[in-house]
Amino acid sequence: MIQIEKLRKTYRGRGRELTAVDGVDLSVREGEIFGVLGRSGAGKSTLLRCVNLLERPDEGRIEVAGRDLLALSGGELRAARQGIGMIHQHFGLLSSRTVAGNVAFPLEVMGVPRAERAARVDELLDLVGLTEHAGAYPAQISGGQKQRVGIARALAGRPKVLLSDEATSALDPETTASILALLRDLRDRLGLTVLLITHEMDVVKRICDSAAIMRDGRVVESGTVRELLLRPGSELARDLFPLPAADVRPGTTVVDVTFEGDAADRPFVSSLARTYAIDVNILGGAVEEVGGTRIGRLRIELPGDPDLNAAQLAHLREAGLTVEVHPSPGTEVAA
Amino acid sequence: MTWDEIWPLLRQGTVETLQMTVWATMITAVAGVLLGLALVVTDRRGLAPLPAVHHLLGLVVNVGRSIPFIILLVALLPLTRALVGTTIGTTAAIVPLAISAIPFYARLVETSLREVDPGVVDAAHAMGASRVQIAGKVLLREARPGLLAGLTVTFVALIGYSAMAGAIGGGGLGDIAIRYGYQRFENSVMVAVVAVIVVLVQIVQLLGDRLVRRLSHR
Ligand SMILES: Nc1ncnc2c1ncn2[C@@H]1O[C@H](COP(=O)(O)OP(=O)(O)OP(=O)(O)O)[C@@H](O)[C@H]1O
Ligand SMILES: [Mg+2]
Repeated sequence: MIQIEKLRKTYRGRGRELTAVDGVDLSVREGEIFGVLGRSGAGKSTLLRCVNLLERPDEGRIEVAGRDLLALSGGELRAARQGIGMIHQHFGLLSSRTVAGNVAFPLEVMGVPRAERAARVDELLDLVGLTEHAGAYPAQISGGQKQRVGIARALAGRPKVLLSDEATSALDPETTASILALLRDLRDRLGLTVLLITHEMDVVKRICDSAAIMRDGRVVESGTVRELLLRPGSELARDLFPLPAADVRPGTTVVDVTFEGDAADRPFVSSLARTYAIDVNILGGAVEEVGGTRIGRLRIELPGDPDLNAAQLAHLREAGLTVEVHPSPGTEVAA
Repeated sequence: MTWDEIWPLLRQGTVETLQMTVWATMITAVAGVLLGLALVVTDRRGLAPLPAVHHLLGLVVNVGRSIPFIILLVALLPLTRALVGTTIGTTAAIVPLAISAIPFYARLVETSLREVDPGVVDAAHAMGASRVQIAGKVLLREARPGLLAGLTVTFVALIGYSAMAGAIGGGGLGDIAIRYGYQRFENSVMVAVVAVIVVLVQIVQLLGDRLVRRLSHR
């Protein structure tokens, strides 16, 4: 649904140059919720703003719903933007218009006749549960309600794609949860494709099917959330299951084991201990529900250096687990 | 002078003052909004960046604002004659009043337009709004309370300036204060005129504030 190829965007100003997006390839499938994560300044907003050409990239290709955006003329681009909804961290509502007036705004921009507009506004307000607040001004409603107005407004042109830049960052956890639930529900009902930016792991955990992590303008990791969590060395896994810094004592092997689904139900720790007659220490762990399956991570400690534990590690891998060995002092890194 | 003599003077002066200032304010409102909008739109980060035009407009506004009104009054005599056919009287005074107020109000307009949340402008771009739509439906609409508050300030300033219009036979309250109060030492006329001006300013400010409050939903 969204195809981004070799995208590059450099900001130039007063002799300084900053490449905010540096050769990004990204592919978002139809109907999926795709999250982009990364530190402040990584280039997430710039990337997102390139998708509807609010920022014009220096190089690359952007295709949304099969249309090459960079090939469009000014008028064609405005028409294309009407088919791409966008929601904003600070909502971007007109303070001089009521809730209904704000939702009507994109319809006016599109030239929808007045009579049709009113009916469509009612429909949209119903969709986000704001019918009762139609006559209120933005200053009179809560942050969560403002974002619902933002969402209703973004959906006015019946878009196939919804872009979201930190849409829940200004909201408290409870409101965030309700907005995320609404986004997922809308995706299911309207078949939307959602590209969202967030710095909250919780957002990824709750609604994203796929994710990418950006650093210094590049995508360093991307794939389905499940793939990323099971991939050894994944930053996403490390951030989602924060385990304390590994303190590997000499003569021991510290292993992070990631498991999902049925593997989570099998007692692999006791099976390991029994099979090899060893003591297994559990150092930490967490289990999370991600995209309908349970994925967990456990940090365990085995006696003996990693090279003495080859059979034990193989045993874990055979059980369908993802195994990551921490390098111990004085030992070469073993995979 | 008796009250019966003062009263018709005051009535006539008030009518003339209002004639000058209301017309000048209306002309200033239209021209000032256009000029202020042009300043914002042609800015480097505006809707239609045209730095050369922006700097030229800025220069014109600054020059207009630095000329003292009394000098403008005289300097504009040829223009006034060309526009209204005469250089004396209430109608003639409207020209210098408006021309001195336009750059002043344009700066107030510019400030109000700059205060519009850039996030809203951004959102409008994302919706596919055209620049004309953004200027009209976002910038001017969102800035309406500020535009009106600025116009109130301008109106009040024009009431003050209109007193000087007496110098070219513009009439009005200021003219009466000078001719009777100052030149003929009729203190009662002076006091009455000042009282009327104070009341006028109060009413304008009150109405302006009330309207601003009604338009503002922040
Ligand atoms: N309009 C601009 N002009 C110049 N530099 C910019 C502009 N917008 C962004 N940048 C720079 O580009 C880099 C990437 O910015 P961007 O806003 O895309 O980051 P981000 O990942 O969204 O960060 P955050 O999480 O703080 O929102 C930053 O170093 C930023 O300072
Ligand atoms: Mg950002």
